[in-house]
Amino acid sequence: MNTSNQPASAYFLVDDQERPRKATLSVTVDNEVGALARVVALFSGRGYNIESLTVAETDHQKHTSRITIVTSGTNEVITQIMAQIGRLVPVHRVVDLTVEKPGVEREMALIKVAGEGDRRAEALRLSEVFRARVIDITHTSFIFELTGTPEKIDAFVDLMIPLGMVEYSRTGVVAIGRGAEAQ
Amino acid sequence: MAQVQDEQLTGAQIVVRALLEQGVRHIFGYPGGAVLPIYDALFNQDQIEHILVRHEQGAAHAAEGYARSTGQAGVLLVTSGPGATNAVTGLTDALLDSIPLVCITGQVPTHLIGSDAFQECDTVGITRACTKHNFLVKDVNDLARVIHDAFYIATTGRPGPVVVDIPKDVQFKLGRYAERSDIVHKTYRPQTEPDPARIAQAVELMATARRPVFYTGGGVINSGSRATELLRELVKLTGFPITSTLMGLGAYPASDRQWLGMLGMHGTYEANLAMNRCDVMINIGARFDDRVTGRLDAFSPASKKIHVDIDPSSINKNVRVDVPVLGDCAAVLEALLAAWKARGERPDVASQTTWWAQIDAWRARRSLAYQQSGESIKPQYAVERLYQLTRDRDTYITTEVGQHQMWAAQHYHFDQPNRWMTSGGLGTMGYGIPAAVGVQVAHPGSLVIDIAGEASVQMTMQELSTAVQYRLPIKIFILNNEYMGMVRQWQQLLHGGRYAHSYSEALPDFVKLAEAFGAKGIRARSPAELDAAIVEMIDHDGPVIFDCVVEKLENCYPMIPSGAAHDEMILPDAVDAVGVSEAGKMLV
Repeated sequence: MNTSNQPASAYFLVDDQERPRKATLSVTVDNEVGALARVVALFSGRGYNIESLTVAETDHQKHTSRITIVTSGTNEVITQIMAQIGRLVPVHRVVDLTVEKPGVEREMALIKVAGEGDRRAEALRLSEVFRARVIDITHTSFIFELTGTPEKIDAFVDLMIPLGMVEYSRTGVVAIGRGAEAQ
Repeated sequence: MAQVQDEQLTGAQIVVRALLEQGVRHIFGYPGGAVLPIYDALFNQDQIEHILVRHEQGAAHAAEGYARSTGQAGVLLVTSGPGATNAVTGLTDALLDSIPLVCITGQVPTHLIGSDAFQECDTVGITRACTKHNFLVKDVNDLARVIHDAFYIATTGRPGPVVVDIPKDVQFKLGRYAERSDIVHKTYRPQTEPDPARIAQAVELMATARRPVFYTGGGVINSGSRATELLRELVKLTGFPITSTLMGLGAYPASDRQWLGMLGMHGTYEANLAMNRCDVMINIGARFDDRVTGRLDAFSPASKKIHVDIDPSSINKNVRVDVPVLGDCAAVLEALLAAWKARGERPDVASQTTWWAQIDAWRARRSLAYQQSGESIKPQYAVERLYQLTRDRDTYITTEVGQHQMWAAQHYHFDQPNRWMTSGGLGTMGYGIPAAVGVQVAHPGSLVIDIAGEASVQMTMQELSTAVQYRLPIKIFILNNEYMGMVRQWQQLLHGGRYAHSYSEALPDFVKLAEAFGAKGIRARSPAELDAAIVEMIDHDGPVIFDCVVEKLENCYPMIPSGAAHDEMILPDAVDAVGVSEAGKMLV
């Protein structure tokens, strides 16, 4: 007769009323084996979401890498994500570039468009508007290189689809804080 | 001796020397192909005693028992592949309960890594999620530094397990030994000293509290004996009531008037209601676990909350707090005490009197009461008698997981820290026997008792063989109700009394089982014979299995039902008072 208002579980179901937001986190880690795996495993293990991820060594002398992660969640969740990342042993620091230190974000994409005639001309014309560079060309195709915000890349891709886009590849967001100081 | 600097040691020798330099005197382990060089190095020395367990999970729990009863890191040594995977349960247990462990695992030689070699597994991959940190050492010259780092990471900040995975070729290779150094770690720097501004805010809240309560956890015990002393002083000085989590039992003496008993799902009425109705909650070293909070939106709705924790990720994780204080419990308690004294604050006596009168009224419900009547032994009575007959001795208690664990927490009372070893966060059945082995190794002359259930105890029963081998006189006190009692209780309360697979058919005869292991078996079936049998157990100089046959269908109360609030707890007498018959209980 489990008809009371108690759920048949020891765990409580929380309706999070707060609206989730996007956050771009910049994580500086020691460039050691498994450092990236620790960060990524933390997201999957604790049920957080990764929308994009980039990583590369940024200081060869100190062997540190910068990981840029775009995630989403309520403020509470973002704070918790940052605390969880912050306690990983190889992590130097975690900065939220969307709130703490508003930053600039860029992404690069390579977009392959195939076609002939008017569609080909139109693709080239639009690429000039977007300041995309042509980095490979055949009689029937282009590869464009485009840098900008993720929204700009989305917009360009949307325009290229009807003009014969075959495939595209994008780097994910890299970001850095504004102003004279390092974080 | 002059050329120590240039002296070349094998990796295995480096391991042993680093362990010695870290003050390790006992390790728990099980040999295998990938750790044989380290076993060779152990064979050639006599400063570290190796305790051979019967299963690697046992090694991990034994190291946990050792760590929790001594405050030092516990060390285990296991082989690659199955050795490492068998240790995973114990590592996870240590992670959830913040117990410092250093686990050394053998690995296949570096050139075979990734080739699916015999007894190969991705140990650092598998243990990444169940350790505080882990290392794979590919260069013998890194080995000593990594082991020192492992101890540093395991024992500082929020303690936890650390794995050092060492390929077999690295154990053979010659390399340089590096002494332990005090160089600050480049990334890992736990904050131990609290922010003075937060201390001031906390003391301000405490000084204006009308219905305060201390809620303390395992962090106080992990912080060390100084934290315990300071906590006692602060509680005395303020006159506030105090309750604690399962992990924190013993930090404050259970015999004191200000002690409310344990809180949480099976905590006392007075502790849970004090938490529910307080206006200022002072959480020191606890983490608002779901077994403590119950339904979150009804958890202590009217209180301002102070949260002292060394782990920033614990703060605001489950419960939003008003004054977070990051730091080590001892350092924070020291600062709180100093600030409290400097203010010259005396608690508001009038409101304190009202608050205590309320608490005393809750206490008068006697939520842990039970009736020992009839021919069968009530499990609560068994724990109570065990407590009365061992309280004046130098006693350590471990448990398995389930009803017996909660009865032990409720009816065995601890006045000292580090005396109570139980699997809290992970709830690992099978924890008790190996943990008792570890405790007894650390405290050879003490009385070490595993309060057990007949189901849990069979999960790691083989460690009794370890106890016999090393003449560790642990006492395994089984509350035998022939059921997985807590599972059965939940099935009764939440699943319409459908006891799916919770009855232990085909139980062994525990007395004969003890004898087969070379230990002593004792059985008690009636209250009349219980005391004499317990005395016989205590007096026996050797390991004992005590088969205490108890009432089969006894439930563990009080209980905050799943998903309910603190003030919606089920009390033992209330179940009968509303006229629920045995048959009716089936329907609850």
